[in-house]
Amino acid sequence: MDYAINELEQEVLNATRELAQKKLKPLRAEMDAKEEFSYEMLEEYRKSGMFGLWLPEEYGGLGGGITCLAMAFEELSRVCAGLALTPGTTALGAIPMYLAATKEQRERWCYDLASGKKLWAFALTEPEAGSDATALKTTAIKDGDFYVVNGTKHFISTGKEADFYTVAVNTNPARGARGISLLVIEKGTPGFTFGKKEQKMGIRTNPTYELIFENVRVPKENLLGSEGRGLLYLQETLDYSRPGVAAQAVGIAQGALDETIPYLRTRKQFGQPIITFQALAHKVAELAAKTEAGRALVYSITHRMDAEFLPAVKEALKNGTSVHDELKKIKGGRWTKYSAEAKLFCSNTAMEVADECVTLCGGIAYTREFPLEKYMRDAKITQIYEGTVHIQKNEIATALIKEYASQGE
Amino acid sequence: MHIVACVKQTPKSDNVKIDPQTGCLIRSGAASDINPFDEYALEEAVTLKEQLGGTVSVITMGPPQAEAVLKDSIARGADAAYQLGDMAFAGSDTWSTSYALSKGIEKIAAQNPVDLVICGKQTNDSDTGHIGPQISAWLGWPNAAFVKKVVKAGEKSVVVERLTEDGTDVLEIPYPCVLSVVKEINKPRVKSPKGRILAKRAQVTKWTADDVGADKSKLGIKNCPTNVVKSFVPKREVCAVTVEGANGKEKAAKLVELLKENKYI
Repeated sequence: MDYAINELEQEVLNATRELAQKKLKPLRAEMDAKEEFSYEMLEEYRKSGMFGLWLPEEYGGLGGGITCLAMAFEELSRVCAGLALTPGTTALGAIPMYLAATKEQRERWCYDLASGKKLWAFALTEPEAGSDATALKTTAIKDGDFYVVNGTKHFISTGKEADFYTVAVNTNPARGARGISLLVIEKGTPGFTFGKKEQKMGIRTNPTYELIFENVRVPKENLLGSEGRGLLYLQETLDYSRPGVAAQAVGIAQGALDETIPYLRTRKQFGQPIITFQALAHKVAELAAKTEAGRALVYSITHRMDAEFLPAVKEALKNGTSVHDELKKIKGGRWTKYSAEAKLFCSNTAMEVADECVTLCGGIAYTREFPLEKYMRDAKITQIYEGTVHIQKNEIATALIKEYASQGE
Repeated sequence: MHIVACVKQTPKSDNVKIDPQTGCLIRSGAASDINPFDEYALEEAVTLKEQLGGTVSVITMGPPQAEAVLKDSIARGADAAYQLGDMAFAGSDTWSTSYALSKGIEKIAAQNPVDLVICGKQTNDSDTGHIGPQISAWLGWPNAAFVKKVVKAGEKSVVVERLTEDGTDVLEIPYPCVLSVVKEINKPRVKSPKGRILAKRAQVTKWTADDVGADKSKLGIKNCPTNVVKSFVPKREVCAVTVEGANGKEKAAKLVELLKENKYI
């Protein structure tokens, strides 16, 4: 269905569909089995400009917004949710930078970000802090022109492969949550090493690593925004990035249907294609309807976001200010509730669709010769990362309570 | 660096049909695309541009609808596109076609000197492999065919590896020169979103035979030296024999008999 997308978004859709079919599809099974990052696909993403879709032309990007990013992520995930993460997690790692960065920081990082020359990653989760971000233990203590960082992050997507890590740290542990700040830490900085690589259920081509910081000296120019405002930037980042995960979930659901429906049409039992059995046909219809509902929700939200995000970016470039400040000036909406709703609904849909598709196709879908078992494994992560389904429910409920409370007795 | 990539619109590889009456390819109504070998030529041109800076121009000779391959080429990274279109070109063989293309390249070079011309090794519709070497002959520029790797594109010359039947030649060729490339050379990219938008906006420069100063006595079906006497789809003759028998032993015995009978053993 056409969601009133503009020309730019249409071309992103056309291009990512072609890229996914011609380049991603031939690689996905092999890379999933090997559990390896694909440099071949990285090169294809670079050539297609996949890292710069949401960045302005001034930095070599395409000039699209959150919608373009989400659409590309949907289409790539429709074929392989694991390999789709190369541009996906780079966007996630770079969004907080892009929101909070000064003009100088933007100029320093955005060209290589848009070209894909440098990959980014997002590092919030710690062994003792995930859903409760305020509990993070990584510290960054000021020492002259540097911050000295100590601590451990884990479950970091695109770990080791990314060049820059947007790391949530505490610059003032005495102040607790109000001491949380964001630092950009470059791979190769002395004292910054990688720990264990996780063995995962799904998205296996994307390396998940532990990051270890031992007296890592990070120049103060790598602080994003101001000290102690980290949680605010994190929340803003997740508001923009969760529709991306929701889009990925829609892609996984759609991809599972793409594999299932042709099979049900050709597989014959009792002398007829099994899709002609109403029980199966109705199940497929239900799954397709839920998938479309998820898609409609995602793009309704991203289009509304872009209506604020793109003008704010334009102003930030013109005035040499941060995107965050420009969003504040135009009194940008808080997207927390809607983003959480999209992620909750779409990730649950992806899991349900993948699960039901395996059942619909039967034995063949349980084997690794058929891609559906991979869709089912990959779908699961969308219910977990960037906030579990339960955290999304917390976000929604908190927002609802506030909304109704503000209406008074 | 200014690189010209030569491209041709051809029927899709899985869709080549021949008219049994005329012996020619049926082009009307057939889905067409860029000649697959030309994708490698264009990719190499764009990759070299990305490494060294410069411009990639694409040129084709063909009917109005061939504009589509030029726009496709822009979507894959070319900067400028030129189309040679004229009834005078109709029915040209490789000798005439390469002559026309060489005139087009001369005109492009007059505006911005050309360092490299890159062609695919052959087309999927006529399979001759003539065009690259013939263009170089018309232009008087050196040529390397079956190039599988550009080792180094330097200031004044390019070093390439050429695929041969028994190995590899390494050649250093001064600019300007003509290369025709094989599919081992690279992996062609797909059209990027930005490229697709640029392609929509792109203006294709269209030239007639007169525009490029081509001598019409060298062009078209009446003037070219090649006559297509006959093209045909070879008949596929199935001459398989099934050896019947109650069991493997019996079948094996019959098979040996059969082989002896036919003097194979």
